[in-house]
Formats: sequence, structure tokens, C-alpha cells
Amino acid sequence: MPKVTVDGVELDVPQGATVLQACEMAGKEIPRFCYHERLSIAGNCRMCLVEVSPGPPKPQASCALPTAEGQVIKTDSPMVKKAREGVMEFLLINHPLDCPICDQGGECDLQDQSVAYGRGATRYDENKRAVTEKYMGPIVKTVMTRCIQCTRCVRFAEEVAGVEDIGAIYRGENMQITSYLERAVASELSGNVVDLCPVGALTSKPYAFEARPWELTKTLGIDMMDAVGTNVRIDARGRQVLRVLPRVNDDVNEEWANDKTRHHVDGLTRRRLDQPYVRVNGALQPASWAEAFAAIKAVDAGSSVAAIAGDLADCETMFAAKSLVTALGGNLLEGRQTGLDYDVTSLSAVNFNTGIAEAENADVILLVGTNLRWEAPLINTRIRKAVWKKGAKVFAIGPETDLTYKTEWLGDDASLVAKLPAHVLDALKGAESPMLVFGGGALSVPGVHGAGLALAKSVNAVKDGWNGYNVVHFSAARMGSLMLGYGLPGGIKDVIAAKPKLAFFLGADEVDFAALPDTFKVYVGHHGDKGAHAADVILPAAAWTEKDFTTVNTEGRVQRSEKAVFAPGDAREDWSIFRALADALGVSLGFDSFAQCRAAMIAAVPTLGVEGLADYGWTVPKLPAKPEARAIPSPIKDFYLTNAICRASPTMQRCSEELIHGADFAEAAE
Amino acid sequence: MLADKDRIFTNIYGFQPWNLKSAQMRGDWDNTKDLMKRGQDAIIEEIKASGLRGRGGAGFPTGLKWSFMPKEPRADRPSFLVINADESEPGSCKDREIIRHDPHKLIEGALIAGFAMRARAAYIYIRGEFIREAETLFAAVQEAYDAGLLGKNAAKSGYDFDVFVHRGAGAYICGEETAMIESLEGKKGQPRLKPPFPAGAGLYGCPTTVNNVESIAVVPTILRRGAPWFSSFGRENNKGTKLFQISGHVNTPCVVEEEMSIPFRELIDKHCGGIRGGWDNLLAVIPGGSSVPLVPAAEIMDCPMDFDGLKAVGSGLGTAAAIVMDKSTDVVQAISRISYFYKHESCGQCTPCREGTGWMWRVMERLRTGDADISEIDTLYDVTKQVEGHTICALGDAAAWPIQGLIKHFRPEIERRIRENGGALEAAE
Repeated sequence: MPKVTVDGVELDVPQGATVLQACEMAGKEIPRFCYHERLSIAGNCRMCLVEVSPGPPKPQASCALPTAEGQVIKTDSPMVKKAREGVMEFLLINHPLDCPICDQGGECDLQDQSVAYGRGATRYDENKRAVTEKYMGPIVKTVMTRCIQCTRCVRFAEEVAGVEDIGAIYRGENMQITSYLERAVASELSGNVVDLCPVGALTSKPYAFEARPWELTKTLGIDMMDAVGTNVRIDARGRQVLRVLPRVNDDVNEEWANDKTRHHVDGLTRRRLDQPYVRVNGALQPASWAEAFAAIKAVDAGSSVAAIAGDLADCETMFAAKSLVTALGGNLLEGRQTGLDYDVTSLSAVNFNTGIAEAENADVILLVGTNLRWEAPLINTRIRKAVWKKGAKVFAIGPETDLTYKTEWLGDDASLVAKLPAHVLDALKGAESPMLVFGGGALSVPGVHGAGLALAKSVNAVKDGWNGYNVVHFSAARMGSLMLGYGLPGGIKDVIAAKPKLAFFLGADEVDFAALPDTFKVYVGHHGDKGAHAADVILPAAAWTEKDFTTVNTEGRVQRSEKAVFAPGDAREDWSIFRALADALGVSLGFDSFAQCRAAMIAAVPTLGVEGLADYGWTVPKLPAKPEARAIPSPIKDFYLTNAICRASPTMQRCSEELIHGADFAEAAE
Repeated sequence: MLADKDRIFTNIYGFQPWNLKSAQMRGDWDNTKDLMKRGQDAIIEEIKASGLRGRGGAGFPTGLKWSFMPKEPRADRPSFLVINADESEPGSCKDREIIRHDPHKLIEGALIAGFAMRARAAYIYIRGEFIREAETLFAAVQEAYDAGLLGKNAAKSGYDFDVFVHRGAGAYICGEETAMIESLEGKKGQPRLKPPFPAGAGLYGCPTTVNNVESIAVVPTILRRGAPWFSSFGRENNKGTKLFQISGHVNTPCVVEEEMSIPFRELIDKHCGGIRGGWDNLLAVIPGGSSVPLVPAAEIMDCPMDFDGLKAVGSGLGTAAAIVMDKSTDVVQAISRISYFYKHESCGQCTPCREGTGWMWRVMERLRTGDADISEIDTLYDVTKQVEGHTICALGDAAAWPIQGLIKHFRPEIERRIRENGGALEAAE
């Protein structure tokens, strides 16, 4: 541990730390534009200059300079101040200074730092540079005149997102950041460059001119768009959520969020169910809550009741629905809408056991039937990191896709799981931290689940301090629903076979409703999507930004999200709907408030009461291990349109058209 | 004056063919095997003893540079020699002459130097605009391969060594060693941060030494004639012979090999037929290529042309490309043109250079016509100081120094223009 002195304070820094890190450890703020903890070091903005001795008699870029024993670092000497002021002046001479019309205003690094290091007036009498706009797709709006060429976006695209779609062309003062061919950046993580951009060159296109940061109420939430459980901040003004930004959580999403997480929010105000509906003579008619409840009571279903949870369902909602079904004497609870029927007797056998953060330490990885880029983009970045930084080897079975790293595709035949080629088996057996990842597509083929568990045993993937057996889910509700008992041995087929008289659909839109012709369908959800079309009664509920809730991500991490805004119109929070309905049906759920509901849930499933990783132990169920020889299907057809909110979002629709279906949206010459 | 018998570059004017046969008659490739038999460490020691300093401009001791290379390269991480033939410095034209007329000196030097630093191969990065020169070099390398002087068991020494010629695309910045490595790797030519230095992680992340063409081309002769011979020329710390390139207002501009530390007056009088219009007509000299500050006539006339001598007058030897300007020169325009060059050639990676070079050039253009305020001279000086020393590579310094030299020595001339243009009135207000 080198000992260095920062502004007279002596401290020990870890081996390999940079001078900038040493300064931060000493509590000194070092201004920077190009440096970012999660990207490679560029050292090109020259803002982080400090004085270091021993060394040349000129200021040094602290971000790129390793610490050495006995270094004396000065961060506030006249030389440093002058150097930073010089750099700031250079950055500003060609910057348009159009802060009043810039979306970055108020959260702009350049603004903040020019307060500290800027000159009062300009000495630059020449014309400023102007740069033509670039097209980067439906998510990223560009005003390249504002660009200060820090290259964070270039490094992000290349290193984290794994697409080489952004780069710099030309040189000197003509250097420009561009997407080369003016095509959309083909990455599901492109929105992150907006956060990374220290100025207003790259801003959010859907959020353009919507709000100023100081007008927004910030609420801490957990994203429900996939099962990663991205930690987000929900920024709302009045009753409307205007944007969702990632929060830092090194265990889950680092500080990234995928484009769906960020930009589905405009779907939250569209196609909303804001009052109850009842089907009268084959057509859905607006109704009051009392009329809707009366219609449900009239079914007189007795105990023939089912509840089917959708992908966006949270734990409290599922618990409230379960309470009602149980109170009515029913037991048909299922969350796997599309017909998956893998064994759920052991939660550890369907969990992402390695952990999202740990995944980057794997050295040999076998992916089975999973397109991680779509199913869990932020797990994909971890694996990319394992490949990129530590040289992990990746093999994959399933439909071939570009996962942004070198992958050896073994074919898409499910039976390969039981008879892997020798070199793959050897690699897995010889690995220190082998990792097997099974996607929803893989588990849909009978026998794969058992064969996967057998493989984990035979390659010794589960050992002391390392569990390399993983299932990756893409539905945010999945692990929570399984913990709450939403899982029948035969999946939804059991529900269909039982022909329930009454069924509650908790935002479940992907069910084959035609298979339940005689069931009275009550849709409890927030968007007028497929489920609402099929429903006999619609009870309008709250979307994920409109309620407090608990959710469990694919690695079994229990997280809580807070309510940012109120649900529109007559819509109510889901738990209260079931509470009120219970009264109408003459049963009692045992709770009268959200707090009681949550307490009852925790009493029933204590793990849901502790935020953090749930411990499922490691038990292996006995399962048939002979996978059928057939191609593994891909469960997600369109990354941008996986749930009702996304399908209502114009931004997601446009992303889908442009990035999935190849529609040409390049702006016409205006 | 350097005696003919002591010249290293005996065909610098192309009086004989460049080809292998002629080169061998001039003594190149003569028993290269025996030179290599002395062993790697002995070669490096000999070069150290000769006092050879890098001929590319910075003047770093060549032998010392080689000694930074790993003594036992790993099989998966070979060492490389990169030879910088991207000669783009305005005023410099020595590497061009070497490649045109004496390419085998370079190729033989590459083998010996590569052997000494235990390199697997040498890459010669030749400037894109050198079309005929590149053709010559390609042909010369092929000749050497055909004669068994390169490749497996190069020159029967038992050492395997390849030489690759890579053509640049015409960017001045690719002459900076790390930018050259980036460019060789197929990337945008932008200098890397140091550390790590190329000797630790250079081309493809492997240990690499980047040397100038002249530094490499003189190596075989130094080994043949011995370090004491080479170090008998020049002053202490500035040893050897050097190709000087004199352009501008002399009667016969030329490239000439001379001993280091030759006084400027002697260099000009002996080889260039004197200054145009006589010594009284000399205005200033840029002694080392466009990136060093100019030196006014009085200070340069009897200055020894070597690293320390020119440093003493506030300039530098650089590549020893003397640009001579007589009194007919519009010195402000001359420096402004150099500023334009640096503005044009800045890679754009780091802020001070990217933004500063354009700013400096624009102010220089106004100073040229006098369309400025007197106070702007100080502002300009301040800006050059803000660029100098704050950049990743030395291009920022190179852009700043000529202007600093101009302001230091010719401020009255700049002020005169401003005053004549009416700027003084503004200043007085």
C-alpha cells in the first residue's frame, strides 16, 4: 500500500490506485469530464490536472497517473488552479453556452464546473464552431455543437454495450462524435450514454424539453421491466412520471439501465384503465366499482376461483389476490402465463444462484436457450465483462444471436444439454468458476431442467463458495410469485383443466384466454391490453410507479419500491381492490391497510420481509433428465414490446419498428 | 568539417543506385552476422558508449532506450521495434533521403537493433505522402528477404527477424510514437497516455521501442567503426554525426551530414553557399523543424548546432531541420502558417490542443494583419502557456513554442502592425 500525501494529509492508498482515487480518498473533489469509474481511462479532458512530485514540473492528469510511494500531491496549488481554469476556458470557447434551451441544464457537469473554474468573461473573439446533428436513434437526441469530445459515449458503446456504433471522426477541432452512418445505435443500453454525457450533447429524445431537474420529485423505485430488478429513480412532476433513471447498485445494475427501463414511462399515461368496466351483452361498458363488484358476486363461483399473475405483478398484489382466493376456498394460483411448467418444488433450482454481480467472475459459461441481451441485458453486460476483462469462455445452445462477445454456438437442439461435446464438458469441468445459465426458452423443453441440474452436478458447478447453476427469468414477478406459491405442478394447464368459474388476472396479458371459455375473467390491471379485451370485468389498478411494493429479482433479491405518483382516475392500488372485493364477496382477508397487508405477507413468507438476497439453500429435485431433441424456442419475440406498458409506449413502439423491424426513421433533410 | 571518410550516409545524394548490390559495395550488410555475434548486451553497450541520442527530435539516448526492453521476451508477448519514418515535420527531409538513396542502411540497422532489443520484428511506418520512397523501401525489403538477409535465420545469424513496411495515411500526429502504435494497430492515430510506456506495453500490448529512421540507420556503421569513432565528433553529450537539413533563404539549400556541434555559420557557409543577401540579411532561424522556437539572427550565428547549444538560446535541435529566414520574410505570417499547420494536424483528443491550436491560429492571423489589440499579444501568450505542458503528447508544446518564440523576439514587429492598423487608438482608450 503506497503512502501518499494529498494537500498535506498523509494516507495509505490501495496498490494500483490512481492519483485521482487517492485524492478522492483524501476527501478532495477532482473535477473531471472524461473519467468515469466504469469505463476505461481516456485522460483526454485534462480537467483533473493536479501537481505531483516527484515528477515533471507540469500538472499531471490525475485520472491516468498511478500512485507511487512517497508521492506528494497538491490539488489546490496556484499551478493546478491555473491549469484547470485554462482547460475550462478551452472547453467553453467552442461550447454554445445555450444552457437556457439545453435539457442538460441544472444537471450539467460543465455548468457546475464552470462555476468553480470558469472565467467571468470570455477572451475568445473568434467565431464558435458549429457541428452538424447526428442521428443516433429514437432514444438519443444529439446537439453535437455542445459536445466536448470526452469520448465517454464511445467508450461505453465499445466496452459495456459491446456495439461499435459510436466513434470519433475527423481530427483537431473538427473532431466529431458520430454514429458514422447516421443509423440508430443498435444497443438495448443506448440510453446510458445520455447519463454519461457530461454536457448536453446527448440528451434523452423522448424527454426533450419536458422538464427541468429541479421541478421533479424523485422517488426510489425498482424497475419491473425485466427480472434484473434495476434500481431506479422515478422522476415525476405532478401526477406524471417523466423519466426513470438508474441508481447505483453495484450488486444489481451497477449504474446502468436498459432502454426499456428508461423509456417505457410514456406508456404509463396511455391506454390506461381509469375506471371499472363490466361486459354487458358482449361489450365492455363503463361501470362503478359497486356494479363491477356486484357482477363478480353474481358469478357465485364458490371455491372454483383462480388467480393468474402477470409479469409486472408485485408481491403485495399477489399476496392480496392469494388471500382472496384462499379465503374463497380456492387454490389455483399460477404466474407462468405462457404455459411453462418447470418444477418449482425447489426454488434454488430455478434461481440465478451465482448472483448478478458474481457472474463477472465466471471463467467458463454455458448459456442454454437464453438471449441474455433481451431477457436480462444487465446480466449480459456482466458476462461481457467476464469475457472482456477476464477472458472467460462462453458456449451457447439455442437460437443464434449476437450477444456482443465471443460465443461458441453449439446448435439449438435441446438434447445437447445431456450430451455436450467433449471439449465443452472438459472446459466446464476444468473451470474454477463454471457457470450454467438456463433461460425461459430452455425450461420450456421437457427434460432440460433435469438435465441441467444433472449437468451442474457432473461438472461440479456447485461447490463451496460458488454456485454456478442459474436460471434467468425475464418476468419481474417470477421469483416473488414462486415464493408466494404461484406455481402449480402442471403450470397454467392445471388451471385450464380445473375450469374455474372465476379467475383474477393480475395484469396478465399473455395468457391464452380462449382456453378458458367458461371462466368469468376479472382483469385487475392498469393497461387496456390483451387481458382487458378478454375480460368480463375490469378493475383498474395501479402501475408500478403508483404503489409501494416488494419485488424479487431473478437472483432472489428482495427489493422494495416506493410510490411516485397516484394512479389515474378511479384506479386503485391493487391490494385495496382485493380488500374491497373481499367485503363484497363476504369473506375476510385479515388486513385493512397496506401496512397490514405487507405484514401479513411477511408473516406468511418471512424472507419477503428482509431486503437483500433470499437464501433458498441448495436442494435438487429429482427430475427426468432426458431432454427432447428439438429446437429451443426464443421466448421473447420483440424486446421493446414485452408487456402492456411497453406496448402502450410510443417510444418503445418506435424502437421496435426501427431496431427490430428495420424501419427507416432517419430524419428527412429538413 | 566532416571528412568524406567519416560519412555514414555515403549515398545520401543518390549518385549511386540504392539497390542491394550497390549498397553492399558501399559496405552495407558486410558481415552483419559477425556484428550480431557480439551479443545483444554488447551491442547495446556499444551504442550507449557511442553517445548516440535519438535523431527524431527529443534526443533520448538510444542505447538506454533499448535497454528498457525485456531481456527475455515471453513467447506470447514478443517484443517489437517500430521505426518512425513518418517524417512530417515542416523543414525535415532527412529520413526521406535515407530511404530514397540508402534504404539498406535502415534495413540492416533494423535487423541489428531489433536483434539487440530481442525484438521479433520491425515495423517501418512510412509517411503516406512518401509514395516513391515507400516503393523503394518495399523493394529494398524484398531484396533483403530474397538475399536471405531477413526472415528466418536472417543474414545467417541464426536469428529470425521480419521487417514490415506500413504506409501511413498522412497524419502528422502519427509521428508521435504512441499514436504511431495506435495507427499500426489499425486505430485512429491518437497518442496514448503514458505510463504505460511503449517499452512496457506498446504495439498490440507488447514491449515496443520506437526509433527514428536516422537513429537506426547509423547503428551498423557505429558498430563497424566503433563507439570511440562516433563519439569523437561533437561536444560532450552531443556526440556523433548528424544529417542537417537546411531550407529557406540560403543560396543552396541542402541535406548534409555534418558533425554535431558545428557552428551555424560554418554549416551555412560551407554547405549552403551562405545566407541569401549575406549574413547581415539574416532575420531568424528555426533551427530544428517547425516545432521549436525561432532564434533571431544575432543569437544563432555562432551557436553550435547541437542539443545543448540550441537549448541555451531557448530553442532546440529537434530534427536538425534549419529553416532560414532572411529579412524579406514576413515573420508573423511565417509563424501563423506554422500555427495553421498545428491546428490542422492536432488529433483532437485532448482539450487544450484541440481547442487551443485553433484559437492560437486565429489570433495569429489577426496579428498578421494587425487587426487586433495590443493586449491580445499577452492573451495569446497566455493561451500558449495554457496549452503547453497540459496535453497528452508534445504536439501541444510544439504548437505553443513557435508562437512563444515569436512574441519573445518579435513583439515590436507585432505591435507595429497593430499600431499601423489603428489598433493603438483602441489600446489608448
